[in-house]
Amino acid sequence: MQALSFAVHIPLVCFGIAFPAMVMFVEWLYLRTGDELYRTIARRWTRVMVALFAVGVITGTILSFEMGLLWPNFTATFGSVFGLGFAIEGFSFFMEAIFIGIYVYGWDRLSRRAHFLSGIPIVLSGFTGSLTVISVNAWMNHPGGFRLVAGKAVDVKPWKALFGNTYLWHELVHMYIAGYIVTGFLVAGAYAVARLRGRWGRYERTALAIPLTIAALASPVQVLVGDWAARDVAHHEPVKLAAFEGLGKTTRGAPIHVLGWYSDGDVKYGLRIPKLLSFLAFHNPNATVKGLDAVPARDRPPVNGVRIAFQTMVGIGTLLALLGVFYVFIRWRRGRVPDSPWFYRAVALAGPLSLVALVAGWVTTELGRQPWVVYGTMRTAQAVTGAGGIPVGYATLALVYAGVIAAVFWILRRLAAAPLPAVAEEV
Amino acid sequence: MLYALPLVFALIGLALYGVLGAADFGAGFWQLAAGPGKHAERIREHAHKSMAPVWEANHVWLIFVLTVVWTAYPKAFGSIASTLCVALLIAAIGIIFRGAAYALRSGASSLAEQSTIDTAFGISSVIVPFALGAAVGGIASGRVPVGNAAGDLFTSWLNPTSILIGVLAVVTGAYLAAVFLSGDAVRVGDEQLVRDFRARALLSGVVAGAIAIGGLAVLHSDSHALFEELVTGKGLPALIVSVLAGVATMALVWWWRFEPARYTAALAVAAIVAGWALAQSPRLLPGLTVRQAAAPHDTLVAILVAILAGGALLVPALGTLFRLTLRGHLDHAEAEQAPPPHREAQFGEPRHPQLLLRVAAALLIAGFGFTNVADAQWAHVLGGACLLGVVATGFRVALPAL
Repeated sequence: MQALSFAVHIPLVCFGIAFPAMVMFVEWLYLRTGDELYRTIARRWTRVMVALFAVGVITGTILSFEMGLLWPNFTATFGSVFGLGFAIEGFSFFMEAIFIGIYVYGWDRLSRRAHFLSGIPIVLSGFTGSLTVISVNAWMNHPGGFRLVAGKAVDVKPWKALFGNTYLWHELVHMYIAGYIVTGFLVAGAYAVARLRGRWGRYERTALAIPLTIAALASPVQVLVGDWAARDVAHHEPVKLAAFEGLGKTTRGAPIHVLGWYSDGDVKYGLRIPKLLSFLAFHNPNATVKGLDAVPARDRPPVNGVRIAFQTMVGIGTLLALLGVFYVFIRWRRGRVPDSPWFYRAVALAGPLSLVALVAGWVTTELGRQPWVVYGTMRTAQAVTGAGGIPVGYATLALVYAGVIAAVFWILRRLAAAPLPAVAEEV
Repeated sequence: MLYALPLVFALIGLALYGVLGAADFGAGFWQLAAGPGKHAERIREHAHKSMAPVWEANHVWLIFVLTVVWTAYPKAFGSIASTLCVALLIAAIGIIFRGAAYALRSGASSLAEQSTIDTAFGISSVIVPFALGAAVGGIASGRVPVGNAAGDLFTSWLNPTSILIGVLAVVTGAYLAAVFLSGDAVRVGDEQLVRDFRARALLSGVVAGAIAIGGLAVLHSDSHALFEELVTGKGLPALIVSVLAGVATMALVWWWRFEPARYTAALAVAAIVAGWALAQSPRLLPGLTVRQAAAPHDTLVAILVAILAGGALLVPALGTLFRLTLRGHLDHAEAEQAPPPHREAQFGEPRHPQLLLRVAAALLIAGFGFTNVADAQWAHVLGGACLLGVVATGFRVALPAL
């Protein structure tokens, strides 16, 4: 259930991370040039931003409820260790809410400078908020800063547990860049569709170029960051890596399989690339990579689920990176934006695909950690609530979420169909 | 003493939520109660517009309370959340609907759509405070034992005390909202709306007072220990403050003094929360004192540091928001500003594209080296920073002339 809530919340988080920065960039352009076009874009984007933020507030509130409703034991045992992260996140959220209120309702009411300044805390608190939440997740993957004595966490050092964690950094950078990719491609995709339908004035060109350029640069970089993340996983969560790659036995010079299906300790029907896994994980083609057999069967994650999610993320990520490289290449060699309709079709598709990759990436890290909720320390089954009637609760919430998703689409369509009147005419 | 400090902050948060959040729910209540018609439409519109800039901030208080409690008193939080899960789930769903309604309202184009949304909003505005109040009632009447879902899933929040506090929460919210909205209506300068909300404030104030007094009888029979402490023990001073503040608010509203009434009304609600806390202390749950429930020392210090540092940032920010709101800077009235001086400064190619390009390339190579070739942890972090730099510099180079 929490999975579902997260799947709804995460895309909104991306917008929370990246969108304010983009809106503010456009507003900054407006302040610099006095060109009304930028103001129109910034104001229209603001309306989308506030609608998504409102939904983000709800899903975020629900998530903090669920921490207690679904995982009372997890919170009861480790709340003292990781709770600090959420407390700081709470403050960030607060700042974000306050300044988004000022920013959104302050258009035309505050001086231009004050209005612009009121946007800065939104960007900053979006960053600290994601930082702290990710620090909790990093801690779940690579716990530290406490000792467990007779089922109780003692000797707790919350700062060290959350922010002295080597795992935090790759997760943070990976997620942060993902935020820009998803937001960039989704926003750009909307205008790519507009172009395909024949609307292509200066407004669309500008509104497409800004997010697209960010996403096009961020997506190839994400491949490099992904490699960093995978190597950290190889060092600290070998079983998770083995699940990514469907590596049944501990192997010297382990191969990588592209696609295929894991059964009985090996990947069937996949494209096999010998020794690549050892090389990527340890920079030595003959290095030994731990397989799933390193731990008893009851400590292994559901391999195929993890693998499919991982391959989906990597596959889509690679495609997005290629699209980004293509855009940058055309821009560099020809000095212009690509003009093939296929390119715009690809951009329109890239938005939803990047969302799929995002959710797949999240499934990868969470499912890959199973059966643990805190890696090597607490099992998911131990953390879950003892209250009955959970299926009923699940079903209700699932229904409500379906409604929320539908509502988000409805409002986005509405906002797209009836935008604020443009002040500047198209050139 | 350290072990109790986070709880004090959590209670302050709860009191603020009890004032601001409840007023927010109350505004929803009046939207629902406005009924059909053109005049009702204006009431709904006023309630919506007054709350729109602040509602998100009002609700983060709840998140604040939850996170502080689960960090500083994890054991109590686990017990409360699992036993009261039904009530909390209902509240959660209500919150989803409320937030969704806020988000959707800006997209509604026809009045029919808008009033459907307002109805959903209003209904959830009644359900949420009731469910949360009922949950509080469960805790206050000692029906939440320690353990994973150890208490009864239904009677823990469907009992006389819970229902009393739930109903009181709804009515108090309506009362607070009416007082606040009267003040807002004065600012907007709408005579008719002021009269409407003043009448509502007086009416709901009387109802809230009556329920509160009648409620003492309920407490007497249902949670006698709490009643004793509240009426004769540690909770008494708070109870007196609350009654006095409540009466003062009524008087101020009667004399059309809405601005000071805001604060006395808030005080009345905050005093109730304080009274409950005093009456129940040092017991958090049956058989679990605050001291026993508290997290280890380092965690308590950490959360206090986080609260104080966060508060240092938050209080001025929140002050700014409310100041702007109360002065009407965030009202919806159309007031176009003159456009900024047209500077003719075209935003095009960067001044030193070649240099920027080289910086981006250098950062890319450094980032690749540190992140993907090197093995040391510090190198990875540095590499990650370089790669972020690539995106930033590259963005400036690659952004086409707009």
